[in-house]
Amino acid sequence: MEAIQHLASGFAVALQPLNVILAFVGVLVGTTVGMLPGIGPINAIAVLIPIAFALRLPPESALIMLAGIYYGSQYGNSISTILLNVPGTASAVTTALDGYAMTQSGRAASALAVSAIASFVGGTLSIFGLVLFAPLLAKWAIRFGPAEYFALMVFAFAALAGLAGANRAKALVATSLGLLLATVGFDPNSGLARFTFGEMKLLDGMDFVVVTIGLFAVSEVFRVLEGGEAGRLAAAAIGSVMARVREAVAAAWTMVRGSVVGFLVGVLPGAGGTVASFMAYATEQRLVDRRGTFGSGDMRGVAAPEAANNAAATGAMIPLLTLGIPGSGTTAVLLGALLGMNVTPGPLLLEQRPEVFWGLAASMYLGNAMLLVLNLPLVGVFVRVLELPRWALFPGVAALSFVAVYAVNQSVLDLWLMTGFGVVGYLMRRAGFPLAPLILGLVLGPLMEKNVRRALALSGGDWGVLFSSPLAIALWILAAATAVLPWLVSRRGAGRGALSLLRAEGGSQ
Amino acid sequence: MNLWYRGWLLLFLAVALAGCQARRQRSFECIAPANPGGGWDLTCRLIAQAAGELRLLPATLRVTNLPGAGGGMAFAHTVSVRNRDSSLIVAASPATTLRLAQGQYGDLEAGDVRWLAAVGAEYGVLAVAAGAPWRSLDDLVSAWRSNPGRIVVGGGSAVGGQDHMKVLLLADRAGIDPRSIRYVPFDGGGEALTALLGGFIQVFSGEASEIEAQLEAGNVAVVAVLAPERLGGKLAGFPTAKEQGYDLSWITWRGFYVPRGISDSAYRRWVDLMRRVVQSEPWREARNRYGIEPFALLGSDFERFVRAEVETLRGISLELGLIR
Repeated sequence: MEAIQHLASGFAVALQPLNVILAFVGVLVGTTVGMLPGIGPINAIAVLIPIAFALRLPPESALIMLAGIYYGSQYGNSISTILLNVPGTASAVTTALDGYAMTQSGRAASALAVSAIASFVGGTLSIFGLVLFAPLLAKWAIRFGPAEYFALMVFAFAALAGLAGANRAKALVATSLGLLLATVGFDPNSGLARFTFGEMKLLDGMDFVVVTIGLFAVSEVFRVLEGGEAGRLAAAAIGSVMARVREAVAAAWTMVRGSVVGFLVGVLPGAGGTVASFMAYATEQRLVDRRGTFGSGDMRGVAAPEAANNAAATGAMIPLLTLGIPGSGTTAVLLGALLGMNVTPGPLLLEQRPEVFWGLAASMYLGNAMLLVLNLPLVGVFVRVLELPRWALFPGVAALSFVAVYAVNQSVLDLWLMTGFGVVGYLMRRAGFPLAPLILGLVLGPLMEKNVRRALALSGGDWGVLFSSPLAIALWILAAATAVLPWLVSRRGAGRGALSLLRAEGGSQ
Repeated sequence: MNLWYRGWLLLFLAVALAGCQARRQRSFECIAPANPGGGWDLTCRLIAQAAGELRLLPATLRVTNLPGAGGGMAFAHTVSVRNRDSSLIVAASPATTLRLAQGQYGDLEAGDVRWLAAVGAEYGVLAVAAGAPWRSLDDLVSAWRSNPGRIVVGGGSAVGGQDHMKVLLLADRAGIDPRSIRYVPFDGGGEALTALLGGFIQVFSGEASEIEAQLEAGNVAVVAVLAPERLGGKLAGFPTAKEQGYDLSWITWRGFYVPRGISDSAYRRWVDLMRRVVQSEPWREARNRYGIEPFALLGSDFERFVRAEVETLRGISLELGLIR
């Protein structure tokens, strides 16, 4: 009841005309920069902070606008992903699996609509979590140590690698390739550089965006080049908004589960939106993918990660506001902005500046509603991109890929790497290797390595530390169950095992 | 629908054009050698803001982020591409000098750029959880002596980085074998602080500003402030390492370098600008908001300071076996 009272006071803040306008500006800018691959919310926020200062906005108003950019970008980032196979941000990669497959089969409009609706569900449900459980979840996040993070990563791998089927060996190869790539760069545990060949640009490792855009978008361009197809992508049917909403209802529970998974992972400062969307996709596939349609254009494969990455964006506000600890670059920028306005996020924020916390929470309801209204009608606009003939569309995709990758680090080496990964991706597809496990290895590999090494450093080399807390043990049991259950199920279900994530992009030759 | 389409397209083009324009416009530039959200980025943005408010430059001072290799990309860019560019300043801190001292920027050296000024500083702290049995450096050091393996230190920087150096220096001053110190690196101070609150590490090595919120809430206690003198504000109640008899400080100065090849008059103009900034009221306010302490070294004073610091850090790194 108390929370409702607080939230009412929060709405009193959020519904002030200035704050409504700022929320709208924030989500509009956010959804726009989200669409532009490579730019990302972090830069947009950094650019707008001085403006917020110059306008002498009160802290809650500034935060309402800046946070709007953050969660707004989670709506926008799925658009280029779904239409062109160019993930807007790292957390949208999972969406590419089923999203682009839907586009290829002429259901781009549905995919975009589901993505917008799932984003809305994820965004809105997670605010309940924020409002009701913020302090509690902050305590949970603190209890999450290196051993728990490691178990979580193993769980994520189990969700992927435990799948039974003919492609298992190829998936394993792809995963290992990703893990190997993940070792490139400076190793903080020894202070030494690994596999950089003296090249300073490789010290930070393989940039995720570079690898992903190379593997997905550039290799797609190569494939089209090879096919010499003069036509268009399958024409996209544009139904009414209501028809698409009705269609999306079928994935309602997927969205709810995706939101919960995404939110919980998002609260952890050491995980983030990319891990959240992977986890949501993998668990959802395990739970509902009876016919093995995930990866070949299943609506639920779009709904789960999109709900999850939005929920994760909300979840990330919890360690930021209640612990003063930013879990990502974007939240670090938000922290800087708040400090600049004499607001110190931390355990005392809720008492000292309740208007900031509750005003933000209330504004996020408004912002998410605005985003839905903004994004649903735009679906019809965006799918028109697909009406371009291939000879015009795919050079555009290539150009967009180069711009996006260059925007990340302004490094020419990255462009070569991207092209190289395009070739690798093309060859892998030709040979029937799935691409997603490689990405998963690349994303989760460093987290897994760092945390297991941290855990062992903390325990002085005793492996028992990995199983020493109830939380860790619970995660291990989940991981084991995820690895074993489908095997049992598939034995019963005459080998109709679910392995779409693995089969996804590789199978079409 | 048509209205939506046009309106959105217009906005999209506006954003894209603004992006291109920002690149092309002739102005002054402050390179932050990391992504937004870190100390270097803040240094640039605060100086840009102050210079703008005071109208010290004929055009805006634009902030560019050039992340990579712990500042190495920006350093190499300055030396090899922008050596004669007098419109450029680059943010720096001991993270820069430490890497230069340890040879982490390839064969580039501190003398390849010109050191401009330090405009403020933060100070290192060693903190423990509120309920910890160690209340002073003496407590900590004696616990260390009796059982070096029991206490694990965590920090936001890599092995051999700033946060690690702080405890290595302490061990060195206290006469403990630095190799017996157990240090675990985390991804940034925030994660290390989370680990302290969760009881996974016993000592947090970081910056004063990183712990302020948790200090105020009573969740952490400061064992030593690594400043030459006692700090004000929330840290006024905590003694420095020096007060406790350990000759140890860690000044995280915030400053800039400029390309080596610019003219003396251009260099003097920048020094003059920095002098006027650090003496100004807007700068004092900005510093206070972010918990940055006054610390100003200009021109040749700063160049000497950096040279000495690099030498010292190189010596210590050699002595501690961090480099060969």
